[in-house]
Amino acid sequence: MDAEDEATGHMIEEEEIYVNGGEDGDESKRHRPIISGEQLDIEAYAALYTGRTKISRLLFIAEKCGNASMQLDALRMAYDEIKKGENTQLFREVVAKIDGRLGPNYGPDNAWADAVDRRAELRKEKLENELNAYRTNLIKESIRMGYNDFGDFYFAHGQLGDAFKNYVRTRDYCTTSKHIVHMCLNAILVSIEMGQFTHVTSYVSKAEQSQDALDSITIAKLRCTAGLALLEGKKYKLAARKFLETGPDLGNSYTEVIAPQDVATYGGLCALASFDRAELKSKVIDNINFRNFLELVPEIRELINDFYTSHYASCLEYLGNLKANLLLDIHLHDHVETLYEQIRNKALIQYTHPFVSVDLHMMANAFNTSVSSLEKELEALITNNQIQARIDSHNKILYARHADQRNTTFQRVLQTGCEFDREVRSMLLRANLIKHEFNLKASRKH
Amino acid sequence: MNLNMNSVETLVAQIHGLSGSISDINQLHSLLKQSEDLFQSESTRLAPLLTELDPFMHSLGYLYILDACTSAPISKEQASELVLSIARFINLCAAEQIRLAPDKFTSVCKRFKDQVMLLEDPMQGVAPMLTAIRKLQLSSEHLTTLHPDFLLFCLLAKCYKPGLSILEDDIFDVDQPRDFFLYCYYGGMICIGQKKFSKALELLHNVVTAPMSILNAIVVEAYKKYILVSLIHVGQFSISFPKYTSSVAQRNLKNFSQPYLELANSYGAGKISELELCVQAHNEKFEFDKNLGLVKQVVSCMYKRNIQRLTQTYLTLSLQDIANTVQLNSAKEAEMHVLQMIQDGEIYATINQKDGMVRFLEDPEQYKTCEMIERIDSSIQRIMMLSRKLTDMDEQLSCDPLYLAKVSL
Repeated sequence: MDAEDEATGHMIEEEEIYVNGGEDGDESKRHRPIISGEQLDIEAYAALYTGRTKISRLLFIAEKCGNASMQLDALRMAYDEIKKGENTQLFREVVAKIDGRLGPNYGPDNAWADAVDRRAELRKEKLENELNAYRTNLIKESIRMGYNDFGDFYFAHGQLGDAFKNYVRTRDYCTTSKHIVHMCLNAILVSIEMGQFTHVTSYVSKAEQSQDALDSITIAKLRCTAGLALLEGKKYKLAARKFLETGPDLGNSYTEVIAPQDVATYGGLCALASFDRAELKSKVIDNINFRNFLELVPEIRELINDFYTSHYASCLEYLGNLKANLLLDIHLHDHVETLYEQIRNKALIQYTHPFVSVDLHMMANAFNTSVSSLEKELEALITNNQIQARIDSHNKILYARHADQRNTTFQRVLQTGCEFDREVRSMLLRANLIKHEFNLKASRKH
Repeated sequence: MNLNMNSVETLVAQIHGLSGSISDINQLHSLLKQSEDLFQSESTRLAPLLTELDPFMHSLGYLYILDACTSAPISKEQASELVLSIARFINLCAAEQIRLAPDKFTSVCKRFKDQVMLLEDPMQGVAPMLTAIRKLQLSSEHLTTLHPDFLLFCLLAKCYKPGLSILEDDIFDVDQPRDFFLYCYYGGMICIGQKKFSKALELLHNVVTAPMSILNAIVVEAYKKYILVSLIHVGQFSISFPKYTSSVAQRNLKNFSQPYLELANSYGAGKISELELCVQAHNEKFEFDKNLGLVKQVVSCMYKRNIQRLTQTYLTLSLQDIANTVQLNSAKEAEMHVLQMIQDGEIYATINQKDGMVRFLEDPEQYKTCEMIERIDSSIQRIMMLSRKLTDMDEQLSCDPLYLAKVSL
């Protein structure tokens, strides 16, 4: 087998030339893979978030996880969190889900619910009166604050549609660009909770068009919500770019939407699935800002490095381990499979790219799979024209195959000639027929 | 009555006299046109007069009299004699003379065709019809009314070679659209019979996309065959019509060919079993349209296409794997298919029977030979000729008064 240097012109970290996928006996030279992805520590996870998103995420975990103890844990924490707030609707839902399994402390608490509802009624009346007063007085700033308060009120009580409407109504009363940005951020928050990401995109662009310079935290917030919207829209490349541009100032300032670990995870995975090598190197690995995020999720950092240095087996191993936990993430859940598939395909393509011939047995070892399933995967990739190669099934070797330009040109030329010939002849015929019909009609008229 | 016969005799004498130069012939022509009724009334007694005339020198006169003769009802016994005499006339007549009266000639040939069909011996009609076409045509690009009849004879007599020779000519000038439809349809069928699928596809495509204001049965049948030939030759069929198809065709053709469109869909899906199910389901319809043979060819084509796709992915493959991928029953069957394809020149491969392996090779064509250069050169010449034709037509049209009147409004 021809082993060549990875002819991509990029620096590789190890100094040795590796036989691609070959097992190296000396363990000390390779990074010991940090196996992670044990069962998700729900408390630690939930501690990353605040507000409504914490509850939504906990409920999502309870719904999607397989085992009952985890589910009950999640529901218990959700219950506690809801009790701190004022959302009685959600409270009733959680109680129904718990179904008495957590004992009397976690049962339906109608007294509390009624008290909260009564308080809500009173507050609503008060807000309405205030708002009407402001409206009659036509003080813009007060009206704006009034609508804002209403929005906050509805949001706390889980009436997201009304909350959104009220936030948007403040638009007419915004006087400075700061007000507009404030409104946009509120609207974005509610839209994310409602799952309507088209609104997210429009309000992000509205906020970014603001005339005053935004502070870096706001910019970071807007970038990562834009990334979220793109992720939902399955535009992984653009989403990756947005996440990678998020400044490290984000820190923990946006925990009601997203944690910095998520920025790292989403950005890292999307980049891996959609960037080519050059972009991966320049935008992810060499990106100092993003490094801060990656430090928070060392597994993602490791697997990106493994992919770049062609240690595919360990990269795919990390991915496999992380999968269970990623599936519990509310935003990533629908995309895990697609992203994984794309990453795997890229790994296969990148593996075969530098070589003239590849021994399928060694490749199967590198990817920790069997030769026949590898052959099937390669066949699919070749048929889709993502790998230019052919498989020698007898000897189990993959040969690179580059189309002969000269021959294909000749073929195309002859074919184009034939087509032109045929088309022009048909066209002349049709013209003749139409002329006929026209003459016939003309002669009938006379 | 006798008076009439005398006039006829005079005419015959005139025919003798005036068949010399071109001006004489024109004079004769006008005389003959005036005497049409005379001929019609004496139709039964004109036969013996024919013996006095020479078919070559007096073609025009002969034609008129022959036309009048044949317009009368013919009995069965007379039929074969008549056929022979018309055939003789066609072979011997002078082209310039009969071109002065093309409709007469056409009607004589039409009656010839009827008689041949009555006699149920289409073979007799093939050669004379070919000669007739050549004599009637103003140029080889001219489509006459006789073309479809000729092709019909070829089809019925299963004598395809002469048909193919006519089909080689490019047609640019059409008398009657109806002739054109029939010509293309029969021509398509002949090409299918001779396995010249690309020419068949072209002809059928012309029928389907021809300008028309109402749908006719020929187009419907042609569309069905078009779908099948498209699947066999190209391997796929697209339901969308090209822009220049008439709106009538675009709207209505699909309604008449549902089973064929379903067949095309299941072909596109790529599974042999589904395709065969589809064929079974619509078996009667296909048989009724007499397309069952073509449908069977479509099914065998699917195997071929799947094997061809394998050549893009594999360098060597075992016969058993081929059988599995293409859903054949055994390695032996796979071997037979591959062997057939190699012999037909559809793939380039070698079979190693010892290992049961097939090795796929590249197309050995290097495009370096003299023949290839000649081919490209002749292609260039053709295309230049076509371009010139196109510009000529464009110029002609821009000078055409009718067109200018329409456009300037």
